[in-house]
Amino acid sequence: MKSPVRMLVLLASAFLLFSSSGDDPSHYVVGDKAADISLKNVDGRTVSFSDYTDAKGFILVFTCNHCPYAQLYEQRIIELHRKYSALGFPVVAINPNDPRIVPEDSFEEMVKRAKTKRYPFAYLFDSNQAVYPLFGANRTPHAYVLDKNLVVRYIGAIDDNAETPAAVNRKYVESAVDALLRGERPEIDFTRAIGCTIKRKRK
Amino acid sequence: MRNFYFIGLFTLLIPCLLSGQSFKVFDNFSELEERIKQTKSTTTLVINFWATWCSPCVKELPYFNELHRKYAGPDVEVVLVSLDMKSRLDKTLIPFLKKNKLKPEVILLSDQDADAWIPLIYEDWEGTIPATVLVHGGQRELFQEQFESYAELETYIFNFLKKIGKPIPVSKGS
Repeated sequence: MKSPVRMLVLLASAFLLFSSSGDDPSHYVVGDKAADISLKNVDGRTVSFSDYTDAKGFILVFTCNHCPYAQLYEQRIIELHRKYSALGFPVVAINPNDPRIVPEDSFEEMVKRAKTKRYPFAYLFDSNQAVYPLFGANRTPHAYVLDKNLVVRYIGAIDDNAETPAAVNRKYVESAVDALLRGERPEIDFTRAIGCTIKRKRK
Repeated sequence: MRNFYFIGLFTLLIPCLLSGQSFKVFDNFSELEERIKQTKSTTTLVINFWATWCSPCVKELPYFNELHRKYAGPDVEVVLVSLDMKSRLDKTLIPFLKKNKLKPEVILLSDQDADAWIPLIYEDWEGTIPATVLVHGGQRELFQEQFESYAELETYIFNFLKKIGKPIPVSKGS
């Protein structure tokens, strides 16, 4: 069986293995520098990372109105901003959903929710659904921690217990930001979590 | 503590509330792993991860009912793993199960340490639902979208079996 064909097959599969083990180039992974964003906030203004001149980084959360998991984390996202914006890491929330699929996630509904829940952070609308794919976001809530240079330092869950905040063991986002504040890299830089899929019309 | 006993008692009562339906609550992922191991290596185990709050999940549930009706037996087992919140079980999942006659076995998985168990189901899965995992012996495959039709689900399973060189199950009738 040591035919040239077999050698070719082996070589081809080795090549495939090698090429597929590389980072997916279609979206940011930890260590990649993110491009600045320019999205409309619930107050009507357009917001970019560069507007935050004093920021040492960002807690970027893809979230929305309708998703029960996003709702479970809503208060925790508010608290993250309260705690970390003063330390230079404000929360920037982005709703990535298509309101033609989920009317609850329309810009008007975002404005209402931000008002009633008194969001202290920017709540932006990814109206063209062009930003979330760059980050590789696939669910709400999906959190990212960026450093001062917009380099992605953490991707994943906010903590390890969606249902019961009192039973949380690991606060992933807090630990990542704390590490950056100490001038270190986050120990855990990627986690998985259950969440709602981002709503996009199938092509 | 009394609350705890109450929840325990309630959990015990659930099987009685849902006559004819197989429903279990797993607090720990290891229980689901055990359940997966119970399936024979010659059987295709179809595991669908869903929740009552996930609208695309709910839309595709009838296809799993249909799959169960047509193929459940020695060749195919269908398990619906709900990721609903255990604390709201009596307001969400239980009424849903009462209203929608789901034929496959239903398991509520309430293990909150999702980052630990998600990759044990499938390495590339990040936890978005709906997600459907096919298990046959040592082989696994993950579908991370909503099935648009029953035919799409059936074809997906058949293609998986063809790929791993296993026979296509015979339908019990249409």
